[in-house]
Amino acid sequence: MEFTIRVWRQAGPGSKGELKVYRANNVSADSSFIEMMTELNIHLLEMGDEPVAFEADCLEGICGTCSMMIDGVAHGPEKGTTTCQLFMRSFKDGATITVEPFRAGAFPVLKDLVVDRSAFDRIVQQGGFISVNTGNAPDGNAVLVPKDQAETSMDAAECIGCGACVASCKNGSAMLFVSAKAAHFANLPQGQAERYRRTILMVEQMDKEGFGACTNQYECEAVCPKEISVNFIGQLNRDYMVGKLKGAGGK
Amino acid sequence: MTLDARIPPGDIKDKWTRFQSEMKLVNPANKRKYSVIVVGAGLAGASAAATLAELGYHVECFVFHDSPRRAHSIAAQGGINAAKNYQNDGDSVWRLFYDTVKGGDFRAREANVYRLAEISTSIIDHCVALGVPFAREYGGTLANRSFGGVQVSRTFYARGQTGQQLLLGAYATLSRQIGLGQVRMHTRSEMTDVVVVDGRARGIVTRNLVTGEISSHRADAVVIATGGYSNVFFLSTNAKGSNTSAIWRAHKRGAYFGNPCYTQIHPTCIPAVGEQQAKLTLMSESLRNDGRIWVPKSKGDKRAASSIPESERDYYLERKYPSFGNLAPRDIASRSAKEVCDDGRGVGPGERGVYLDFRDAIARLGRPVIEERYGNLFDMYAKITGEDPYNTPMRIYPAPHYTMGGLWVDYNLMSTVPGLFVIGEANFSDHGANRLGASALMQGLADGYFILPSTIGNYFASSKLPALGADGEKALASAADESRALFTKLVNIKGKRAVDSYHRELGTLMWDRCGMGRNAPGLNDAIQRIGALREEFWTNVNVPGSSNDLNMSLEYAARVADYFELAELMCMDALHREESCGGHFREESQTPDGEARRDDQQFCYVGAWEYTGKVSASRLHKEPLSFDNVHLVERSYK
Amino acid sequence: MAPSGPAPQKKSALGEFFGSSIAQKYIVAITGLLLVLFVIVHLVGNLQMFAGQDAVNQYAVMLRSMGPLLWVARIGLIVIFVLHVSTAFRLYRRNRAARPTAYVTQSTVQASIASRTMIFSGSFVFLYIIGHLLHLTFGLVLPEHAHLVDSMGRHDVYSMVVLGFQNKLVSFFYIAAMLVLWSHLRHGISSMFQTVGVRCPRVAPFTDQLGPLLATVIVVGYIAIPLGVLAGIIALPPGVTP
Repeated sequence: MEFTIRVWRQAGPGSKGELKVYRANNVSADSSFIEMMTELNIHLLEMGDEPVAFEADCLEGICGTCSMMIDGVAHGPEKGTTTCQLFMRSFKDGATITVEPFRAGAFPVLKDLVVDRSAFDRIVQQGGFISVNTGNAPDGNAVLVPKDQAETSMDAAECIGCGACVASCKNGSAMLFVSAKAAHFANLPQGQAERYRRTILMVEQMDKEGFGACTNQYECEAVCPKEISVNFIGQLNRDYMVGKLKGAGGK
Repeated sequence: MTLDARIPPGDIKDKWTRFQSEMKLVNPANKRKYSVIVVGAGLAGASAAATLAELGYHVECFVFHDSPRRAHSIAAQGGINAAKNYQNDGDSVWRLFYDTVKGGDFRAREANVYRLAEISTSIIDHCVALGVPFAREYGGTLANRSFGGVQVSRTFYARGQTGQQLLLGAYATLSRQIGLGQVRMHTRSEMTDVVVVDGRARGIVTRNLVTGEISSHRADAVVIATGGYSNVFFLSTNAKGSNTSAIWRAHKRGAYFGNPCYTQIHPTCIPAVGEQQAKLTLMSESLRNDGRIWVPKSKGDKRAASSIPESERDYYLERKYPSFGNLAPRDIASRSAKEVCDDGRGVGPGERGVYLDFRDAIARLGRPVIEERYGNLFDMYAKITGEDPYNTPMRIYPAPHYTMGGLWVDYNLMSTVPGLFVIGEANFSDHGANRLGASALMQGLADGYFILPSTIGNYFASSKLPALGADGEKALASAADESRALFTKLVNIKGKRAVDSYHRELGTLMWDRCGMGRNAPGLNDAIQRIGALREEFWTNVNVPGSSNDLNMSLEYAARVADYFELAELMCMDALHREESCGGHFREESQTPDGEARRDDQQFCYVGAWEYTGKVSASRLHKEPLSFDNVHLVERSYK
Repeated sequence: MAPSGPAPQKKSALGEFFGSSIAQKYIVAITGLLLVLFVIVHLVGNLQMFAGQDAVNQYAVMLRSMGPLLWVARIGLIVIFVLHVSTAFRLYRRNRAARPTAYVTQSTVQASIASRTMIFSGSFVFLYIIGHLLHLTFGLVLPEHAHLVDSMGRHDVYSMVVLGFQNKLVSFFYIAAMLVLWSHLRHGISSMFQTVGVRCPRVAPFTDQLGPLLATVIVVGYIAIPLGVLAGIIALPPGVTP
């Protein structure tokens, strides 16, 4: 297969970037998007050009490292798929494909397609955990967790922290990520003690990082590679207000 | 130097308890004065960093990823073992210990394995408390399944993403400590060297992957938790970033490398399809419960699977191992697949693949049952290959998956460099020559949550660690200079050939010569060719850009440079080990009917290699293994 | 990396409470709910146009006879309205700032046009309301219709409305505004349930449909009036001439 690839090139965090046009010839339909980009890089190297910087690691859709805006859609056209699990057979031969980084004020571009998503880590550091030290745990079966609760918690916990929700949101909002993090714990008995405090502290950090507010367009859900439901955003909104009314969230 | 494993005396059941009651403790008020560097934040690294911080130590944690949540532990699918006996099916710590020692083909240290089995139960308790959403029964209790051919159900799981959920648990608890200021997290920082002062590990050198800045960091102890080195084979199931550099540089600073040739080859991976392929994807072994493995009887049979009649199919596992059939252990299944492909009967592109056929299972059980059991795996296969496994058989092929070898450590998880601890897949310790399914996660968390936090305190309390003087400062500065020189050298070669191309060639060579089947002439030849390729690399590699900014080609080049040296050591280790054990079939050592023959007379030891300035001159040390509790027996699956 | 950012400033309790993005969204949602209720009550009143001149003019007298209560309602409505609009604009500015560099290409997978244009539909409705007030409340748009009196000496609201809508331009503008309102409400009403945290898996299928449904009912009701006038169903009373 052959493609025209328009890629965002940006030398560094402060520099001005632009789209550059390259040809990708001889691409196997069985190549993943990452493999196609790797081949393109080898070609660029041969031409004496600097390869495109992009991130990808596990290549099986679970580590959340890969992050490309492909033809205006986070992780490209296939539903429930990360960039690394997107295969070239999903594109028409001869197509022109535009590749941009995940964009948000809170995700500054470091180089080309590489962005800094450490804002997510800082949100989790504020409350995305259960405070229990090693050695304190009762027996694993001491607290029974109804199966449906465990399943709901797992639905939320599937989040891979890739940032596609932020990238696709017209408002650059991180609500799907934050709500998934909160709902993972809020739906388990173990997570109840810190439920409201956790929610409030994470939301406050989310605001501090400069993410936008949710206007319930649900675009995040459509591009989420793990198809995390926006139902969790409703739960986050509720827990936030309940927590505020209870006066939770103080340090 | 002699290898002292420092195994506590006494009955195997009491060793760990005894160690804990007798170990020296650090006064709580003094703990904050000790600083620990943890390199890597996978299951082992994140859990260790968090637990050390909880205890009050000051922790600096370094990862090359953009976040501590991305380590490759995240990709483990199957589950984590624990001897809980929740299913009342006769499981016990002893049985888990026994299974692990035997599964490791008697090349692991008994005391370590027993401790691992013992701690396994606490891991589950702790992970539940941390909010890991394990699968549950309707009654709310934890669910289990049987995994990897063992006879009890002791595997805990969270859908097909147990690794991710356990890692997120460790990441969350680490994040808590970062938020509290007990851990300073350094992301996008790759360790390039260990700094040894007065014979003790006292710091590391790192490269900031965004700015290219090289800096040294001091500490009272260094913990390496950087995982395995399967990527030496280029195509493996590991993440692209997984690399050997941290442990290799530590090895070059004095840490012995244990059993480097022990790698695990997983039998059920999706085969490579072409030249551009970057990695192999693993599919759960559970597929072998219902799928039948076969190849055509005649060589070069190009017909579609559906048009090959029953009489012309060779169900080779069922034929050779009638009692285990398609469920033969990983090493046997993998090796047999290689044999039939070497025989010219492989299927699919490049003829490196065998069929895993669900036709009979679908006919017997109906498609809905198969969908329910394996739906997500079938979908994944269809997504990757573009083929529908309900109608055409899957194609599978073995792929490197895990490395049992790693830096040699004693019972305290300390390497031969005092103060340098190695945990998780990065060390050699608990799996011998073959790892059982669902025990990698167990080992990583046992090391990080429970073992290291105890043993490191014992090290601090029993060692004098003076503040670094002028010598120390000099060592820190000169190690940093060496790293700077390395990167400058790489960008200045300005050759013609891409790093990727060297890595592919090295990987193919290693897979052919030092993979599942090995023989002396092949290994000798590999050593020669690795040397030649390495020489070419250092004169002709093309690393574009500069060393002062985000330069992924440069990061990659430095890692591949280390693979060359490691590959040579792996071949040397494989060459000296003239026995077949675990997943490693040494062609010179086989039974008359072509099965692996282990040689306990000559090779019942851990091979630990000392770096002496040149890989080819590495010195072998032996830690003899004694089996006082599980008696040496031959594995037979006929 | 340690949490960064400027040192937190001491805020008033209220400021702290309403400072977060989620609290601000609650304000937009709750004021939105109240405005929807107003729109429904207003519609019920307006639909009396179909009952004839007497009913409408009597209704107007009844409203005006409420005296101070009417002012309380009016001021309350203005406060709600101002809060709704100003908070929405505050959030809009925040959301713009959250993506300083726009995509060269951005596609949409599932977000509705209505949801993506709330700030525009809202602004248009805002402008419409000003026009609407100038026309019917302050009588400044078509002043010749503003001071009619019916046979019982009441302010002839009915005729004023009919005369207004007989002007095709006024009707066109009114109908267009109602269609925009429809867009605003169809997303806004459903969205409200999510923002205040009521939307959970069990009620979601209902609340997600409620927005489009209620918006359609409301807007059809409002549009029926100018259409009724243009179709001659709602006619000028005898004695009033255009």
